[in-house]
Amino acid sequence: MGKGKRAHFDSSRPPISSADIMHKPAGDDHHHTPPALYRGTTTTTAHDGGDPNAALEKSTDHLIEDTPIGVLITTYMSYFFLIIFGHIRDFFGMRFKKDEYRHLQAQNGYASLSSGFDTFYHRRLYMRIRDVFNRPITKVPGRTVHLLDRETNDFNKTYTFTGTTTEVLNLASYNYLGFAQSEGPCADAVEASVRKWGVGTCSSRMEAGTFELHLETEALVARFIGTEDSMIVSMGFATNSTTIPALVQKGCLILSDELNHSSLIYGARISGATIKTFKHNDSKDLEAVLRKSIAHGQPRTHRPWKKILIIVEGLYSMEGSICALPEIVALKKKYKTYLYLDEAHSIGAMGPNGRGICDYFGVDPADVDIMMGTFTKSFGASGGYIAGRKDIIDVIRLHNYSSVYSEAITPPVLQQIHTSLRIISGEEGGDEGHTRIAQLARNARFFSQGLRNLGFIVYGDMDSPVVPLLLFHPAKIPAFSREMLKRGIAVVVVGYPATPIITSRVRFCLSAAHTIEDLTYALQAISDIGDEMVLKVSSRPRPAIEA
Amino acid sequence: MSKLGTYAGPFVNEAARDFADSLVTAVNTTASVASHIYAKIPGSRIFARYVHASYQNDPYRSLLEACLVLFMIWYFVGKKHQPGKQNIETPLTEKEVQELIDEWDPEPLVAPLSEAQRMELDKTPVISGPSGSKVKLLDGKERLNFASYNFVGAMNQESTKESAISALRKYGVGTCGPCGFYGTLDVHMELERDLARFMGVEGAIVYSQGFSTIGSVIPAFAKRGDIIVADAGVSFAVQIGLRISRSIVKYYKHNDMQDLERVLQQLAKERKLKKKPLTRQFIVVEGLYADHGDICPLPELIELKNKYKYRLILEESFSIGVLGDRGAGVCDHYGIPATEVEIISASISNAIGSAGGFCCGSKEIVEHQRLGGQSYVFSASMPAMLAVSGIEGVKYLEAHPEAFTTLRQNAAVMRSALKKSLGQPQIVDIGGDVESPVIHLRLIHTSHFENRADQDRTLQEVVDEIIRNGVLVTRAKHVTDHEVINEPQPSIRIAVSAAHTKKEVEKAATVVAAALKKVLKARR
Repeated sequence: MGKGKRAHFDSSRPPISSADIMHKPAGDDHHHTPPALYRGTTTTTAHDGGDPNAALEKSTDHLIEDTPIGVLITTYMSYFFLIIFGHIRDFFGMRFKKDEYRHLQAQNGYASLSSGFDTFYHRRLYMRIRDVFNRPITKVPGRTVHLLDRETNDFNKTYTFTGTTTEVLNLASYNYLGFAQSEGPCADAVEASVRKWGVGTCSSRMEAGTFELHLETEALVARFIGTEDSMIVSMGFATNSTTIPALVQKGCLILSDELNHSSLIYGARISGATIKTFKHNDSKDLEAVLRKSIAHGQPRTHRPWKKILIIVEGLYSMEGSICALPEIVALKKKYKTYLYLDEAHSIGAMGPNGRGICDYFGVDPADVDIMMGTFTKSFGASGGYIAGRKDIIDVIRLHNYSSVYSEAITPPVLQQIHTSLRIISGEEGGDEGHTRIAQLARNARFFSQGLRNLGFIVYGDMDSPVVPLLLFHPAKIPAFSREMLKRGIAVVVVGYPATPIITSRVRFCLSAAHTIEDLTYALQAISDIGDEMVLKVSSRPRPAIEA
Repeated sequence: MSKLGTYAGPFVNEAARDFADSLVTAVNTTASVASHIYAKIPGSRIFARYVHASYQNDPYRSLLEACLVLFMIWYFVGKKHQPGKQNIETPLTEKEVQELIDEWDPEPLVAPLSEAQRMELDKTPVISGPSGSKVKLLDGKERLNFASYNFVGAMNQESTKESAISALRKYGVGTCGPCGFYGTLDVHMELERDLARFMGVEGAIVYSQGFSTIGSVIPAFAKRGDIIVADAGVSFAVQIGLRISRSIVKYYKHNDMQDLERVLQQLAKERKLKKKPLTRQFIVVEGLYADHGDICPLPELIELKNKYKYRLILEESFSIGVLGDRGAGVCDHYGIPATEVEIISASISNAIGSAGGFCCGSKEIVEHQRLGGQSYVFSASMPAMLAVSGIEGVKYLEAHPEAFTTLRQNAAVMRSALKKSLGQPQIVDIGGDVESPVIHLRLIHTSHFENRADQDRTLQEVVDEIIRNGVLVTRAKHVTDHEVINEPQPSIRIAVSAAHTKKEVEKAATVVAAALKKVLKARR
């Protein structure tokens, strides 16, 4: 490792985009050396993460480590003090600074727009650390990202931009396969596409927004996923929120993993179906809920359910946990239910061929009724898809709200999907797709293992390209993010309400665009900060680390 | 304590006696403390005297009373006997559960397509080439495009394409993250500023899909227990927002201000009667109704909402870039500053010609959504190329105020030409406001048709005939059975654009009228 040497960016060089790294002659193996981004960090081997090219066997590390009791107590105490102080400030504020509180009270016969704990949380906790969220950027969110520098003179209420930018290592964007590029075959194809097809569609798919390019890309997606047909939607969130109502209605039951994404919950709620949840990734609990639900039928009327749809995600981005697909498929078959698999994070990023969770476990995609995924992450585009049997997709085309009412996905985005998919599946660019997939898998393992070895509490599977590291204390959320930024690394920190109140975390997103040097540097920085902030609280055995 | 000393018989040693001593001391102290406390309870003396007296006089009575008290305690503390619940609580045996599971025969995930649905799917036009005022379909022939919402012709301008390409070379395509997690680009903020300036309000927030915008905006503000009064003619996107909000939703007759006032009065009365606490109250309307092509009476709405203390949510997907001298929507149309309306939401994919949607209003309204707008928070941000196209689109609207006049003229020409060509007797209703570029043609003699599907089939025949004759129009598509309130009658929808010449509009009107006459004549 860099032995504590503060590495920094070489500003004399032109910025490096992921294109520089990814674009290399075919046949080159994984050990290529990219242009050095840091001064003084040149070692490429002998990391505490072990051999980065170690064979990828299926990880069994599903367990989530318990929060140490001391940490638990101090975390609750932190919140207690924050809330007490917040209330004291509110108490005096409401009496001495009436103007600032006016918008929170009913005035002139209008109830205030925001109320309850939400607004308290927002004003008294979130505002203090607002600078670590919503950081605006410019240019490509590739291996590095350019932050727009901003300042605040009123404790995060407003920001002024200084006009300068800072280039930092990007451990924050979902750029799994490194397709966030402004150069290379994808960008070239997109440029040609804009010239040929234009930018807008100004109509929905069912009306006058279906282009030949849509049909071609949908065929390609279906081929890639291994299903009969597919449909592309112009927004990832809407892919879930407008498809679920097309499948289930009143009288149907949705069994949803308790940690499912907000878009799935939104879709389930507008569908009108009954929603039950089961414990995160727990197939035993799922079976118990299934048995009980089928036996008891609908609430009050006790009529049998029309159908039951199990909704799970392939890779849970907040936990880094991989769905126990083989077990769920077995249950689905045993109980004659249907399965909806959201591969927003896993498609492209998981499996030896990048074809998602089915590929990872060797499950036949035909065993999953609805394969859903997004193009925002691994493909560097936007929007999402629904893939499955042709008769199902036909019905969804007619009943999906996006397909009927919303603007069709635009040609440039479609082209990015088209070309990146061709590269991933090896139809274009020779071995590049496979190289990217292998590089991501190697980076994920290396980084995740590295963090575990350092003694951090890390959630999720070893193969997950998103790695959550537990921070616990609310004050460590901003501290960690700011310290990382000082060391030239952008990370995502998440706290309540996106996570349970206790388990605030930082989430690292790995990319094929990262090099081992990048990750080694990041691990060193995290280790330093971890020592300072007492984050290495895992009680799991770990190998001895060289000083 | 001293009396214990005399009673030492059974104790064999000193230690045992000491123990007994201390034990009795403890009991004694406890008892004396208890009697002290007991004495302090008000009425305790009376109770003691009562027990004492009654025991002396009639020990059997005391015993009976004590039994009664015990019975009362047993009765109240004991399990309640509820005859109705008993059956449900008997758990099913494992065998019964298994039988029920084996018996269960679920429906297929999707029902097979009906003939009408198959037709709908097969008849979806496929465009081969860029979209614009003219489009090429798969058969290679060009059609006049009266189906896309390219109202002012901002779509696919050369300058837009060039800007989009330079954005591509700077930003790539995807942003690889939601706005909160390093997904906010400088061009997003620029687009928000431009939209806010164009609308004349403090701020704006950009969503990445037009349809999902209003469905996020409404639940960001209207929560459980809040009150929403909505026009019965609102489009499906708005209905989704209403449904997800969990608020109390009341509808009033489409564009009927008297009915709105009736609903508002009723709600105010109810609140007074039941002494309900003050909740947030919203009126939800559209600027130009997508399903009807008519304009909301904004001045009356503003008067009513101010009178009854409601906030107004205005959906302007079809009125921005269409109504008003500056094209700034229905506020501009009536000459009312947009700041009078609390929340305005619209699509960027129609007149502005890019993709996505936005919501604008005061700073407070906008900032609230950055944490509360579901599809803003939980979705990847809009690709930079589309944000830049949006900026170009707004620029186009600002630079071409004459386009709005042309658009209105074209709409008027379309309407009058249709009326003239169709002649008498009337076979279709040409709906909507004279200024509306969205024209719905609906069958008048609906009794001639068996059902909705039959109307759809007939209208599709008309559309096919129109397409054969060189004009692209579409039926207004809906997800049948999902539109909960007043599903609009089947219609052919014509979207007029300023990019067409007067001649083209007249030609289109003639083709549409001829096709309608031909097909409907064959039906009779």
